[in-house]
Amino acid sequence: MTASPLGDYQPGTSVFHRLPVGAKLLGLLVLSVVAVAFRGVATTGGLLVLAVACCMVAGVRLGRAARALRGVVVAMTLLAAYQTWQRGAEHAFVVVGALVALLLLATVFTTTTSVDRMVDAITRWLEPLRRFGVKPELVALAFSLMIRGIPLTLAIAGETRDAARARGLERNPRAYLTPLVIRVVAHARATGDALHARGLGDE
Amino acid sequence: MSRIELDRVVVRAATPGGPAPEVTVLQETTLDLAEQRIALIGPNGSGKSTLARLVNGLVEPTTGRVTVDGLDVARKGREVRRRVGFVFTDPSAQLVMPTVVEDVALSLRHQVRGREERAAAARSVLASYGLEELADRSVHTLSGGQRQLLALAGVLATDPAVLVADEPTTLLDLRNARMIGDLLLGLPQQLVLATHDLELALRCERALLIDDGAVVADGSPTEVVDHYRASAG
Repeated sequence: MTASPLGDYQPGTSVFHRLPVGAKLLGLLVLSVVAVAFRGVATTGGLLVLAVACCMVAGVRLGRAARALRGVVVAMTLLAAYQTWQRGAEHAFVVVGALVALLLLATVFTTTTSVDRMVDAITRWLEPLRRFGVKPELVALAFSLMIRGIPLTLAIAGETRDAARARGLERNPRAYLTPLVIRVVAHARATGDALHARGLGDE
Repeated sequence: MSRIELDRVVVRAATPGGPAPEVTVLQETTLDLAEQRIALIGPNGSGKSTLARLVNGLVEPTTGRVTVDGLDVARKGREVRRRVGFVFTDPSAQLVMPTVVEDVALSLRHQVRGREERAAAARSVLASYGLEELADRSVHTLSGGQRQLLALAGVLATDPAVLVADEPTTLLDLRNARMIGDLLLGLPQQLVLATHDLELALRCERALLIDDGAVVADGSPTEVVDHYRASAG
């Protein structure tokens, strides 16, 4: 099974588990802005230290943090190589280090926030838009489905890749991508049926 | 006991990928289903799932009318779906939340408003199916049997009057298939069970054999299963 780059909720009692969803998201947003607006070695270094500290405080298991990074290690390595070639090692550290730090902070968020709390928070935030025809419950449900869809899509991708390999077609992108797209769409339709059956689109 | 009625129902579907004429998935069917446990049996692609899905409104009739306790499924879908739960063959599609307790809590959103109360109610539901120790686990890490049991718990959490199960044991090993089968047949709800498991069908009060989009036998499970075995050669 391929792990989600953002991990799953891990119950706990840390300060991050107790913080309101809005505060955590705002913190993540502020740190993302800081990473871009004050780009530099010191900022990236600080963000990395902060991210590791947050992971420790939140009780994010080492294996989970490693899995979160493993999913993007190829992209990060390519990005680091390109940045080093184009603008030097220092710039590569600034860019890739900041991305790794933000990914770890996002993992802290998803690890310490249950989807149920996210759904409740989004529903509350969107409540004023109800008068304009927005249905907050449905938007929140779509959000939670998106989160759930990440590991599912990765799992389907893993199975499809294995199936292509088993038939000796690992070098044929069509043998991988075509069934992947078909299976993801089929799964989306099946999920739609399941939601419909549970009456979750009726409100 | 609920009453499910199909009145001259026909289901047609467009053939995928082209302007070819529509195919008839279910030929004109009139049924009155009032027994506690009803089995739908028949070959793959015969129309069992279509018939099962009609009861919950997942498939709408091209012509004719489906009612549950007098409620027209096409017009009163919301009320019908609150009365009729549905269990799919593949529970992975049915489990839409990341953790076990969150998925059951999602079913309870209409009944229990407060988040803490909802989580407590969901844990209580899980406990009644022996799943309490899995409450905080990711649904990805569950076995096939646990996933199907969770899907069932999520549906039964809302206490529907009717449960429609579309081949719920097909993907399970023998032990889990027995466990889910026994659980389904022991429920107080009216059960409409589409299945290839003829032993399960024999434990129902009524069986319908579907073939090529038509009900070709309807009656006691023993007679209908014998008919099916004879026709299969």
